[in-house]
This record gives sequence, C-alpha cells and structure tokens, in this order.
Amino acid sequence: MLYKDKSMRSYKKNKLIYRICELANLAKEGHVPSALSVLDIVWVIYNKIINCRLVKQKSPSRDYFIMSKGHGCLAQYVVMEEKKFFLRKELNTFGKFYSKFGGHPSTNKIKAIEASTGSLGHGFPLAAGVAYAAKLKNYKSRVYVLIGDGECNEGTIWETCLLASHYKLNNLICIIDNNKSTYRSLKIQKLKNKFKSFDWKTIIVDGHDHAKLIKSFKTKSNKPIVIIANTIKGKGIKIMENAQYEWHHKTIENLTLEKIKADLTI
Amino acid sequence: MRKEFVEIVEKIFKKDKKIILLLCDIGVHGFKNLFSKEPKRALNIGILEQSTISFAAGLSKSGYIPTVHTIAPFIVARAFEQLKIDFGYQKLRGNFVTVGGSYDYAALGCTHHCPEDINLINNIPFFQIVVPGNSYEFSQLFLQSYNNKFATYFRLSAEENKNKIKVKFGKANIIQKGNKAIIIAIGPVLNHIISFIKKYDVSLIYYTTLKPFDKKILLKLKQGFSKILIIEQFYSGTTNNEILEVFKNKIIIKNICVPKLFLNNYGSKKEHDNKLGFTSRKIEKQIINFLKTS
Repeated sequence: MLYKDKSMRSYKKNKLIYRICELANLAKEGHVPSALSVLDIVWVIYNKIINCRLVKQKSPSRDYFIMSKGHGCLAQYVVMEEKKFFLRKELNTFGKFYSKFGGHPSTNKIKAIEASTGSLGHGFPLAAGVAYAAKLKNYKSRVYVLIGDGECNEGTIWETCLLASHYKLNNLICIIDNNKSTYRSLKIQKLKNKFKSFDWKTIIVDGHDHAKLIKSFKTKSNKPIVIIANTIKGKGIKIMENAQYEWHHKTIENLTLEKIKADLTI
Repeated sequence: MRKEFVEIVEKIFKKDKKIILLLCDIGVHGFKNLFSKEPKRALNIGILEQSTISFAAGLSKSGYIPTVHTIAPFIVARAFEQLKIDFGYQKLRGNFVTVGGSYDYAALGCTHHCPEDINLINNIPFFQIVVPGNSYEFSQLFLQSYNNKFATYFRLSAEENKNKIKVKFGKANIIQKGNKAIIIAIGPVLNHIISFIKKYDVSLIYYTTLKPFDKKILLKLKQGFSKILIIEQFYSGTTNNEILEVFKNKIIIKNICVPKLFLNNYGSKKEHDNKLGFTSRKIEKQIINFLKTS
C-alpha cells in the first residue's frame, strides 16, 4: 500500500504508520485508528507550520499546537520523534510504568507537549486562553488546536466557539479531525454551518492532502478559524479502515503487526 | 467579604500586571470600576464555567495569574474536572474565589448550596484551600498567597467572625490553651464559640488555611490529648484525616458539621444555622457533652 503525497514521500509515511502500530503492539495500548486519522495533520503542523526550535526552547512567542483529542497522541509522538524532540529508545517505553509517554499526552512529563489532555473538551478552551494571552502580550503567535468530531459532542466546544468569536481570537485555529467517529452515537453534521453561525471563518479540506492542509493552516482572517479536515479513521491500514469501531482501542497482536508490516512494504 | 475581595483585587491590579480577573457573570456590579479601567484583564466571561476554567488554565500557562470568581457549586461541582485536570494535573497556578459555600444562598435552594466544596477540592492534589473567617483575614491571606505557584481555593462566607485575628497563610492560630480537649474551629464558625470558650479548660485552635494543613501546631499541643472536636460549617471529613496522621495514639474525634443531606428548606442562613446546630448555645451544649464523654 503506497501513498503518493507530494510533500511526504510514501515510504516515510508508511514508516510512521508502522511506528505507531509497533508502539501500540509493544505497549498493548493506544488508539491506533485515531492516531492514523490525524497523522497527516500532525505531520504538516510540525513540518510546515510551527517552528520546532522555538517549541523546544519554549519561546513565549512561539506558535502552539495543542492536541485536544489526546487519544490521538501516538501520531504526535512519532512525528515529534522524527523531529528529534526525543530519542527512539525513549519512545519505545510508550505505555510502560515509568515512561514519559502515556496513552494520553502529559505536559508535566514532556515539556514540548503544550497541554495534558485526554478528557475531551479541555484542550480547546485552554487553547483559547493561550490565544487570548498571546494577544494581551502582543505576540504574533498562532494557536493550533486539534479536536475530534466526537469531541464536538462536548458542551465546552460550543462554549469556546462563543468565547473565541466574542474576543475575536483570530490567532486561534481549530482543526476538526472529522473522521465521523461520532456517527455511531450523537451525529454531528453540518459542522461548517454550525461554526459559521458562531461567526468563525470556516474551511473544509481533505485531511490527508498535505498541500491543501498547508494552505488552510496559513489562512489569515479577522475571525477565529476552523478547518474541518475530512479524514478516514485508521487511514493507511485497510483492516482498520474497514472496521473502525472494532479497532478504536484494540490491541495489535504480533501476527497482525507482521501483516501490517508486509502490507506497508516496509 | 465580597467588598474586600473587590478592593484587594483592584489594589493588586495596580501593581501586578499578571493578574487577570474572570467572572462567570456573578459579582459583576462590584467590579464595575475595574471593568472600565482594565477591560483586557478584567473579563466577565459569561455563564460558561467549565470553559472559563480551561480558558483560565491557558492564561496561566502563558504566565498570567487567573483569578476566577462565581458561586461555589458552579465551579466546584460543575467544573470539577476542569479544576482537577487543567489546574491540578497540569500544576498551573490560579485562584478560585467563591461565595455561597454551604448554604449562604439559603432561599435559593439546593442548586445554589455547596457544603461539599472543601471535601471535593481537598481531593485535588496541588490545590490549596483557604477559609477566611472575615474580610480582614481574607485580605491578609489573599495577599500572602495569590501569586504563589499553586492553585488556591478561597471560600468567602456571608457570615464573618467579629474577631480581627492576624492570620498567616498555611498557619493556624492558638486562641487559648487548656487541658481537657482540643477544639478546632475553621473560618467564620469561630464567631459562635469565642463568647463562651474561656469558661472551659480546652485548647482552641483556629484554622483559616486547610491545605496545606498546619500539623506542627497540633504536634506541639498533642501530648496528653485524646479528644478533639472539629467545628466546620461544611461536610466533614477533610480535617479528620489530617488529624489522624498527627495523633498516633487513640483519640476521639467529633465533628460539628453540615450533615450529608440536601438541605431542602429555604428561608435564611440563620434559620438553617439554627436547625443544624450552628448557634453559640447549641455548640456550647455539644462541647459540654463532648467533654463528659470518655
């Protein structure tokens, strides 16, 4: 299964997909399909949008990336590993008792992680606070926050929509990983109309198309911006794409990992 | 105490550019001057308590000192997870100043009561808890602690004890020394005891900070004591565990506290006080009975 993205050579993407699966297999933990649906988004953020050096230095005027849907953190970990935020042997401890790397990210353990998330609906309002603070300090920082469509069930998402447009937080860019995971329960449809009614600038993109993601992330507006990124849960691994709910938090056994490796032609 | 809260925040705003006030559409009129002078740092966010706490965490992460104010149940109960995760877990500093704890808003009914606040907040690591007895004490305690590195819960009360005691954050005060028992009074309830306590051969310790809990003061006194009476106008439990850690010997602990019930009556706080036994006469009677027990 080869990918033909222009901005990320297919072998590299497949290596990252495999790395996510490998870590999940080692730890017998992790939300793999969620990580795969956001992998392109996270890769573009760290490679094309934010300055990783400033994030490492914790520069006060840096751009921020906050993973509000914390269960997708395996994607963030492998991209950050690639960007040399930490060593391979460190990340191999994922999910272990003394590891810095848990099933949801912790800012106390990894300083370059901007917020400890996991319980949905927290990272988005926190990101709005960071965006407000940046404006108070006259910094040009942009705050990127990634939420899920399922997370949009949470009331705090809509509270924050009100809040961000009221304070004209045009430095706040919300990306919705619209992988339709909420379709089995409380369906959130017409996301564009909903955000538009809260006076947000709305953009819809293919969440796996790097060129379009880059363009949308660089959009400027006098309003807060929402990028509805249409994605596929489990993207890149057919068994997961075809049984998304079953695989949501399922352990990857050794045999399955071998099959995934063969499919990815690593 | 609310008036003093406004005054002290206004005073701090002048010298500390890091403090940010966030109201959840409660107490707005009192802060009207601050809103006009500092529209960017004094915000009436609105009636969205959960997001307000997370938003405040974002401010704190960026170096500010958020100070959130509303009625106790609306942040302690409704936004408990935001306090726990966004401030406690992430170790971010901030201040949460509430009114209406226990049943100060008696006539408004149980939706506006919060006798569980101290117990709940006590379960969040990294949080400090302050229960000032009056406005004078609140001003001292807030000034001493608002900018330390922790998240701090301040419980303002409608009732004030009339004794202006010099208090220090994290320290309890010995009001009197005696031999037969230790009586612990927390915050405004001191008012009910102070008039008669001299008649009894007991030690009276006054706490305004519950977390960090001043154990040293008890360690100094503990020799020979086996009876402790705690008077706290909220659900019991918080202080008992701290005390049990100090006293290794067999001790009797009794609590005069709010019973774990929904207080379904309306009326005034005074009427609730009377029904629940928070009057000088009823507390004194309980002390007499307690001293008789062995």
